[in-house]
Amino acid sequence: MAEPILKVSNIETYYGPIMAIRGVSFDVPKSSIVTILGANGAGKTTVLKTVSGVMDPQKGNVVFEGREIQRQDPDKVMRLGISHVPEGREVFPFLSVRENLAMGAYTRRDPDGVAQDLEAVFGYFPVLKERADQRAGSLSGGEQQMLAISRALMARPKVMLLDEPSLGLSPKLVRDIFEIVVRINRERGVTILLVEQNANMALQTADYGYVLEVGRIVMADTCQRLLEKEDIKEFYLGIKEQGARGKRRWKKRKTWR
Amino acid sequence: MGCIYGLVALGFVLIYKATELVNFAQGDLLMLGAFVCYMSVAWWGLPYWAGFLIAVVAIAAFGALLDALVLRRVIGQPQFAVVMLTIGLGAMFRTFASVTWGSEIYTLPTPFGGVWTVGGVTLSHQYLSIVAGTLILCGGLYAFFNHTRIGIAMQATSQNQLAAYYMGIPVKLIFSLVWAISAGVAAAAGILLAPVTLIDINMGLAVALKAFAAAVLGGFGSIPGAVIGGIVIGLIELYAGATLPEGFKDTAPYIVLLLMLIVRPQGLFGTLARKKV
Ligand SMILES: Nc1ncnc2c1ncn2[C@@H]1O[C@H](COP(=O)(O)OP(=O)(O)OP(=O)(O)O)[C@@H](O)[C@H]1O
Ligand SMILES: [Mg+2]
Repeated sequence: MAEPILKVSNIETYYGPIMAIRGVSFDVPKSSIVTILGANGAGKTTVLKTVSGVMDPQKGNVVFEGREIQRQDPDKVMRLGISHVPEGREVFPFLSVRENLAMGAYTRRDPDGVAQDLEAVFGYFPVLKERADQRAGSLSGGEQQMLAISRALMARPKVMLLDEPSLGLSPKLVRDIFEIVVRINRERGVTILLVEQNANMALQTADYGYVLEVGRIVMADTCQRLLEKEDIKEFYLGIKEQGARGKRRWKKRKTWR
Repeated sequence: MGCIYGLVALGFVLIYKATELVNFAQGDLLMLGAFVCYMSVAWWGLPYWAGFLIAVVAIAAFGALLDALVLRRVIGQPQFAVVMLTIGLGAMFRTFASVTWGSEIYTLPTPFGGVWTVGGVTLSHQYLSIVAGTLILCGGLYAFFNHTRIGIAMQATSQNQLAAYYMGIPVKLIFSLVWAISAGVAAAAGILLAPVTLIDINMGLAVALKAFAAAVLGGFGSIPGAVIGGIVIGLIELYAGATLPEGFKDTAPYIVLLLMLIVRPQGLFGTLARKKV
């Protein structure tokens, strides 16, 4: 297989004295969907922030298209082609939907391409077109998530980092959004790194999966095989059937490691 | 007067919204603007408008520099430390002004000498120039913030700094620009004000305090609120001066502010709205 578009090796990231990521490595092959699963506080968000340059790792490196990008400013990383859809959407609440999308394309200088992508985005999420002149803060949570994804897409990224897109959404909406994510991947060739607690959805969507536990990768395999594993079924899929949403905390009895 | 408070208040609000700092040196930037304009006109013999332009541009550049060299380094420090720093900077500017220009009181020659009489009311060009200047500045800023890419990016940055970073918006540059704009507006306010209060090194102090009150009155963080707050404070001052006993002129605005904070703590135009989760 060819060199992965994004290669993370041995990163260690701290919040002050607290070590949140303890030597994490993973590969994201071009045009694939890779997912990182993990419970609350496992360090998923921190991994994505380290990739996009919001946080700097103390050790290890992040290589994007053969170039080391760790410790670069996030706006630089973004210009290279990595768009981050942050946890909790983070839309610009007092700007209109259209202005939010325009901000997504802030770094671009090709108005025609931007206009095309705007149409494409409205094609994926027609509801955004209806609400184009509404303030983003007045959208529903699901619509804000669609906006956050669309806004990232407006930069025409090579890699999109998605942090828990299912957070707080109804199962139906989660399915719809994941369907679009797959379409974005297939139709536009955008490589996707997806971080999720909703293991069921993520494993059905992605090609390859990693399991993160307290700052370490404890399992890595194709999603098909991960779906079969007893541990995954018990700890990550079992909870889904009980229908627990929102606060997904459960006792961790680790059978691996 | 109200317009001037409004303009200075606008400067407070701009910086606060973008960077969450309160710049107490705002009044002293106003004073510097007036002095630079005076220097251009009276010492170098430049025409008024050239002086105006030079002063606004120079102070705006100075504001950007201040952000890049000083304030960027204290972001993340406790609020009170930053507040002290801006107060200290203000004091330094006053010292600088008194060393450079002396502590006399100067009169800025302006082209606004005449009066218009409309229906029995006499309007001096000086006051009209303040009103017109305020309108033009506010209109210009409004158009800038709502219709230019960089203006919208400034709004975006002030609403969600992290997300602005994710969009590739150069946040640091935006902060410097915000400082430049608000320093430039302060300078313009100083020049417009100069014929009324005359120029001396302390001219910014009282204005800044009332402008701060205006910003609070308008709901700190609301730009139209700041301007309207300024006008309200100016009007209160005017009526208090005309109808109440001596001394109330300067306290009345604060009494109103106090009442306002009790009744409507978020200010006239403040919002308590929060981001949806
Ligand atoms: N700002 C912070 N300061 C200190 N510690 C933090 C901070 N943010 C996160 N942490 C710690 O780092 C660890 C990893 O956090 P992270 O946000 O990456 O988890 P996560 O996997 O994204 O969790 P969630 O599913 O709840 O979003 C946690 O133990 C958390 O307490
Ligand atoms: Mg997270």
